[in-house]
Amino acid sequence: MTGLSIQNLSMRFDLPNGDHVQALQDVSLDLKAGELLSVLGPSGCGKTTLLNIVAGFLAPTSGKLVLNGHDIKGPDAERGMVFQQGALFEWMSVRENVGFGPSMKGTPKIDKDKTVDHLLDVVGLQDFKEKAVYELSGGMQQRVALARCLANDPDVILMDEPLGALDALTREKMQSLVLKLWKETGKTIILITHSVEEALLLGERLIVMAPRPGRIHKEYRLPFADLGVDADLREVKKHPEFGPRREEILNMIWDMEEEIMGGTEDAA
Amino acid sequence: MIPLLIYIAIFVAAFFLVTKVVQGAGLKDYTSLKTVTFGDESAVRPNRAAGVISILTIFLMWGIFTGSSLLPSFLHAPGPFEGTATFTYTAQVEGQAPDDATVTVVVHPREQETEAPQVEPGDGFAKNDSAAIAQWRTGLINVARNDEISKSDGNQVIAINGQKIAPGESVEVEGGVVTLSDKGTPNFQPTRGWQMEPLYLPAPEAVWVRSIEIAKEGFRNFTLLEHLGYSLFRVVVGFLLGALVGIPLGYAMGLSDWFRGWFDPIVEFMRPVPPLALIPLVIIWAGIGEAGKIILLFLAALWIMAIAARSGVSGVKISKVHAAYSLGASKWQIMRYVIVPNSLPEIFTGARVAMGVCWGTVVAAELVAAEQGAGMMIMTASKFQNTDIVIMGIILIGVIGFGIDMLMRWAERLLVPWKGKG
Repeated sequence: MTGLSIQNLSMRFDLPNGDHVQALQDVSLDLKAGELLSVLGPSGCGKTTLLNIVAGFLAPTSGKLVLNGHDIKGPDAERGMVFQQGALFEWMSVRENVGFGPSMKGTPKIDKDKTVDHLLDVVGLQDFKEKAVYELSGGMQQRVALARCLANDPDVILMDEPLGALDALTREKMQSLVLKLWKETGKTIILITHSVEEALLLGERLIVMAPRPGRIHKEYRLPFADLGVDADLREVKKHPEFGPRREEILNMIWDMEEEIMGGTEDAA
Repeated sequence: MIPLLIYIAIFVAAFFLVTKVVQGAGLKDYTSLKTVTFGDESAVRPNRAAGVISILTIFLMWGIFTGSSLLPSFLHAPGPFEGTATFTYTAQVEGQAPDDATVTVVVHPREQETEAPQVEPGDGFAKNDSAAIAQWRTGLINVARNDEISKSDGNQVIAINGQKIAPGESVEVEGGVVTLSDKGTPNFQPTRGWQMEPLYLPAPEAVWVRSIEIAKEGFRNFTLLEHLGYSLFRVVVGFLLGALVGIPLGYAMGLSDWFRGWFDPIVEFMRPVPPLALIPLVIIWAGIGEAGKIILLFLAALWIMAIAARSGVSGVKISKVHAAYSLGASKWQIMRYVIVPNSLPEIFTGARVAMGVCWGTVVAAELVAAEQGAGMMIMTASKFQNTDIVIMGIILIGVIGFGIDMLMRWAERLLVPWKGKG
């Protein structure tokens, strides 16, 4: 069986003051290979915790994670990760960063160089190959991060707000790039974002999570990602379904946030 | 007080001269066009002219107050009196008329042996006297020694140059001051002027000449290079040993909570102990030889390096480590490709601090006991009042310390160009 299966995942941890936090409760989700899932939710709904569990950085208190028929026990090259920023190795050049995964596996230099060259072409950074990563702009750095992740040819790519720190224009370009890469490589992608528009544009599937305890509130299947592969994203946003969906989800999250605020006021 | 005023005057005058007159129509770069400069640290750049004038001023002041031959003599502060001074004293014996006699004093430079001049005895019961006194020294002149009536028979000095004087009082005379001692003997102190006595502060050229001499002939059985080389050798060996133990220790403390718990109290306790405070214990344990000094420097560098390595490891962003793990790196590869390079900037900063501390400590340790070394050189020189060697030593120690720091900065730029770019 291929794909990622998340079964009854719960995450609960104790606080020093005797309290405990239910970060995730009974989250179940099945992703087929090649699906692009975007995850939305107010802060504290456990979406980053979910991603960290899938990445293998955290062990859930209960539940099961199965990828392509085997259990997930810890971090592995089969699940690549793209962070918001600051996860590049600034002591390495662009080329070395992209080639990091293959180097760790001991891939022969010729194969590695071919992969790196190809990916730098794909993300459009061939001219910046020998530059230090800190000499690049924020958008370019995220391109390097994407290429570095792809160089390892993972089964699943986990993205934790990868475009969150970019300016609006760069962000739009990167969104197109993510869609293009998704289509070309056929990877399974889980994308966490704070932007409802981004979640709608990029998510073939979209889940909205709710806090306290962290759980899946609602799930959508959307046509926009497929449309966006070939079309301009600004055109996609003009799709008659786009606006209403955006309003619906915004209101949903807005209500959750209100509830949290009210809750804290009661507690105080 | 006067040197300070002169210094302030030069500071203010140079400021107005350079900023208002010379640089008034200077270049208009971006920073010079900023209107808010007070409070904007980035707009404060060291003024090159001020730097050069500052250094020149130090040498100028040094020259002025030592009567340096490098300066034209009109710039010199008034020097000490040199030459022949005379004054008269009036002696009195009860029952006789007071009698005057002349005292001739030759004031000569210290290094120049001079005999008291021959003088005519003159008439009356008080006879003329003479004396030779070195500059900056004073001399008791036993004027009654050659008089016809001795002091024990009631011969008393009652006036100098016609001015009445009693024991403890002073009279200014040509070339100096005469003070009557408690026992009634005139004490002549030649005018000292405003210049520093070479014993306290030799002129710059004297230090230079002595430096050349020491460089050629050595000092206490070792050449100058050997003295400095020994100090540097101790610093480098002590520092390297400290780094060799300290860096792995710091890594262990950064990577394992057991190591952190075990060594934290030791490191945190030892870090604030000044290495100088360990000198007595190290001497008791290891003697005053090479081993003791290297142990001391090892201890000076160890804690600094351990703490630098520890904070270098703690400073690694977790997203970098996570990224490396999900790219398939093993623990060993994480160490080699992520943690070590990430901690290098911190380690370099620590190394710079440690080298500075080691250099200071080695000089101090050599002051206490050593056969050779920069500290031993200035300590021995000071015991023999060779102030010029002391000053030379201090300048060399400063220059080498500065050089070490520059070298470390250069190495840092070369080896860890990503510092502060994370």
